[in-house]
Amino acid sequence: MVEMVSRPYASAFEKFAAGNPDILCLSADLTSSCEIDGFRDRHPDQFVSMGMAEQNMMSFAGGLGLAGFRPFIHTFGVFMYRRPYDQLMASVAYPRRKVRLMGFLPGITTPGGMTHQSIEDIAVMRSIPNMSILETGDATEVESICEAADSIDGPVWCRVLRGSVPRLFDTPIRVGEMRVLSEGSDVLVVTAGITTEEAMRARSALSRAGLSIRHIHLHTIKPFDHAQLLDHIGSVRHGVITLENHVTEGGIGSLVAETMADAGVGKRLIRLGLKDTYAHGGSRAYLMRYYGLDALALVRGIETLTGQEFGITEDDLDHARVDDVHSLVKAEAL
Amino acid sequence: MRNEKTTEEVALGIRRRVFEHAMRNNGGYLSQACSAAEQLAWLYNEELRLGEPTLPAIPAPFGGVPSADNPDYHTGAGYNGPAAPEYDRLFIAPAHYALVAYATLIETGRMAPEGLEMFNKDGSSVEMIGAEHSPGMEVHNGTLGIGLSTGAGLAWGRKRRGEPGRTWVFMSDGEVQEGQTWEAVQACAHHGIDNLFAIMDVNDQQCDGAMSSVMDVGDIAAKFRVFGAHCVEVDGHDLNAIREAAAEPHEGRPLIILARTSPFHTMSILEERFPRLHYVRFKSEDERARFNVSIAADLGVAPVDLSE
Ligand SMILES: Cc1ncc(C[n+]2csc(CCOP(=O)(O)OP(=O)(O)O)c2C)c(N)n1
Ligand SMILES: [Mg+2]
Repeated sequence: MVEMVSRPYASAFEKFAAGNPDILCLSADLTSSCEIDGFRDRHPDQFVSMGMAEQNMMSFAGGLGLAGFRPFIHTFGVFMYRRPYDQLMASVAYPRRKVRLMGFLPGITTPGGMTHQSIEDIAVMRSIPNMSILETGDATEVESICEAADSIDGPVWCRVLRGSVPRLFDTPIRVGEMRVLSEGSDVLVVTAGITTEEAMRARSALSRAGLSIRHIHLHTIKPFDHAQLLDHIGSVRHGVITLENHVTEGGIGSLVAETMADAGVGKRLIRLGLKDTYAHGGSRAYLMRYYGLDALALVRGIETLTGQEFGITEDDLDHARVDDVHSLVKAEAL
Repeated sequence: MRNEKTTEEVALGIRRRVFEHAMRNNGGYLSQACSAAEQLAWLYNEELRLGEPTLPAIPAPFGGVPSADNPDYHTGAGYNGPAAPEYDRLFIAPAHYALVAYATLIETGRMAPEGLEMFNKDGSSVEMIGAEHSPGMEVHNGTLGIGLSTGAGLAWGRKRRGEPGRTWVFMSDGEVQEGQTWEAVQACAHHGIDNLFAIMDVNDQQCDGAMSSVMDVGDIAAKFRVFGAHCVEVDGHDLNAIREAAAEPHEGRPLIILARTSPFHTMSILEERFPRLHYVRFKSEDERARFNVSIAADLGVAPVDLSE
């Protein structure tokens, strides 16, 4: 049984930030939804309430950076780049302010539908000069995201998981590295965020089917170690498959594609994720199935890649965790 | 289409439905029914000129997002009737009020009660955060602060085309923190858009709690006036006051009605949760049971049977 950790960001952020006067916690009216309500109550001097006004918050954070502070700004990821994109560019990214953008509810982890789902944020952030990008895939990564982000000399975009989060890893994020979760020689699977857990669910079924999987988990999307990825691609026979909680354009699938094309690698690549579509509202498990982001979609993708059928069904996969809709670790509806 | 019920009855019916739903689902946007039931009941039951619904009383499942490959895509606006020149249009700008809006559609005979059973169910179009394909919705407003601008554009366009129908926007007070709201009023004043009407649920609440503690917005009526709107402040639970406000002349300017409301009006036990009322989730079975008994008594119904 995988260990579930309750609200890992809440304690990690408090441990990291409390008592450091250069770190400020900014919030745009989603304080408990971003698990910083306890911090607000216990460390009011380091908490700056910005209200539901994200454009102002972004440039305000830029100003705080100019005054020597390292603001951690908190809201749902989607509200942190769509409306305040211009402010993000001019006030934060261009001048390389040390603003740490903590974006909650990445991709389809929210039932709030199109307006709440950040499905193209990685594509946007990858194309912004000076921006770094981190994504958390388990509780240990959430627990280490603050140190990791704050070690970067410039702005950082973080996709943060919240609520009840599985512990998959026992070492913290080391910026610029990637995790090698298995070292097989048939197919390279590249995942990030919540799709890593999905790929792990398929692991034993695939190995029973006689397939040797090499699995890489990315917590650092920018900067990126292209040479290491190329080594892994060179170690597999069939090719590469990516699975992301994001559109297939501009995210980690594109990152792998660009790496391969730049190096002239002639292997096949299958990119799984949201296929040029918006999503709608629903539970995470439903959306992952509906849009083909889950373990079964990965198995089907691997079948296409290898030209084999393994006869694997949902029953052969490790159990999916079903989030409790009314869990107390979730403060609000969303 | 006029309902047989009085607007008071519709408002009570909305609250009863939202209460029952919140009880069965261990929580919900319950406080918004307290504050906004009169406003939505009044809009749908008497103020809006709307045609007969054009979509099935029992909502169809989610039918995909807009795309060139989805020619049958349609919004949920058909629950408000056809978009004919003479009819009014309504946007629910704070899309988290969807539960209250759906209950209003049921109370005014525009959607079947089964619609609420589909709320937030996987594969359903009756979404928790009203999407543009959800019943009664015509645009996506889950990102707050964009509704008034869309309303202004639609109103300007309809005026240009000589359409007599009005454009109404139901707003929340959290939206005044977004700069876009003020840009919308500025544009209305500049272009003389007076076929735009808004009613705002001023419940002094937002996600983090009381607005004054999160980001004080000051005298918003004065702000709306200096930005160029005709702004009237009323008790949002007083239907006559709302009716009078809507009748005020406002040539060359949009009319904005600030409905001052209580976030626990008619459900007194909710005050226990003040100032955190944005989404009420019961913390224990005991609390749920106490709220069930208390609110049921306030609304004159039997407590919801929670045994299933
Ligand atoms: C642009 C944007 N930022 C943040 C949010 C998250 N959010 C949803 S409702 C809400 C509170 C806004 O206050 P109000 O609409 O008055 O809500 P009330 O608590 O009164 O229902 C916030 C911050 C959002 N939906 N859109
Ligand atoms: Mg409010």
